[in-house]
Amino acid sequence: MSFEKFLFYLFALIAVLAALMVITRRNPVHSALFLVVVFFNVAALWLLAEAEFLAISLVLVYVGAVMVLFLFVIMMLDIDLAALRAGFVRNLPVGILVGLILLVEMALVVGPAHFGLDKYAAPAPAPAEYNNTASLGLSLFTEHLFALEVAAVILLVAMIAAIGLTLRKRPDTRRQDVTAQHMVKKKDRLKVISMPAEEK
Amino acid sequence: MISLADYLVVGALLFVIAVAGIFINRKNLLILLMCIELMLLAVNINFVAFSHFLGDITGQVFVFFVLTVAAAEAAIGLAILVVLFRNRGTIDVDELNSLKG
Repeated sequence: MSFEKFLFYLFALIAVLAALMVITRRNPVHSALFLVVVFFNVAALWLLAEAEFLAISLVLVYVGAVMVLFLFVIMMLDIDLAALRAGFVRNLPVGILVGLILLVEMALVVGPAHFGLDKYAAPAPAPAEYNNTASLGLSLFTEHLFALEVAAVILLVAMIAAIGLTLRKRPDTRRQDVTAQHMVKKKDRLKVISMPAEEK
Repeated sequence: MISLADYLVVGALLFVIAVAGIFINRKNLLILLMCIELMLLAVNINFVAFSHFLGDITGQVFVFFVLTVAAAEAAIGLAILVVLFRNRGTIDVDELNSLKG
């Protein structure tokens, strides 16, 4: 067994075990941290498949942003964990049964019989001057330019939607009302009174 | 050498674990969102593996867009979760049985 293959099995084993921990832990914080482990190990698998840019962006985007957002929400909400675990044991046999059926079906299709090395030979390692980021960027900015712009709009919409959903007006916060400031007239603020002149 | 089947089986395992997780954590909306992330990751593994073995960069471009949409989905999903918890005081899926605005 080559060193590459050993690394592949190591990362794959840790990823699968951590994924099992994600769905079985009682505490959602532990689940989120195990999901971080899964993402790290899958990023390592992608490095073995010579997808360097995506491996790094998986770590940056998922571990750095999405999982931190998850942890932030988990810690912000005061969740009653016992009530949420009520159906766990009852649903466990169904989950295992469905999972096993799916796994057997998928293994029959994607197993070594159809996608082994004799069917799809391992590609030669990329030459030293090959740049994964450059070739990905070239494809992204020429062939898939419109899709890239749509993705940018999706991110913008997601940002606005997330802010719009969670923003709330509290009665006790003091905020500036720009419309009222612009619509104000002279008579609202200035009062001219006539009074007798003061004598020395 | 690592074969294409190895990558596909890892992807299938992660996907199956995510499906089983949705079944056994039916009440906890947070874990359900995490399982969806895990499913998308399993699909992405397949894209990357095929991109590597077929020598076509388009598979990686597709993963790039899936990552974008998944990040947007996580942000909006968690925002909905926060609003839900603020209004109902729970994130139990069984409690979400009212469609009144």
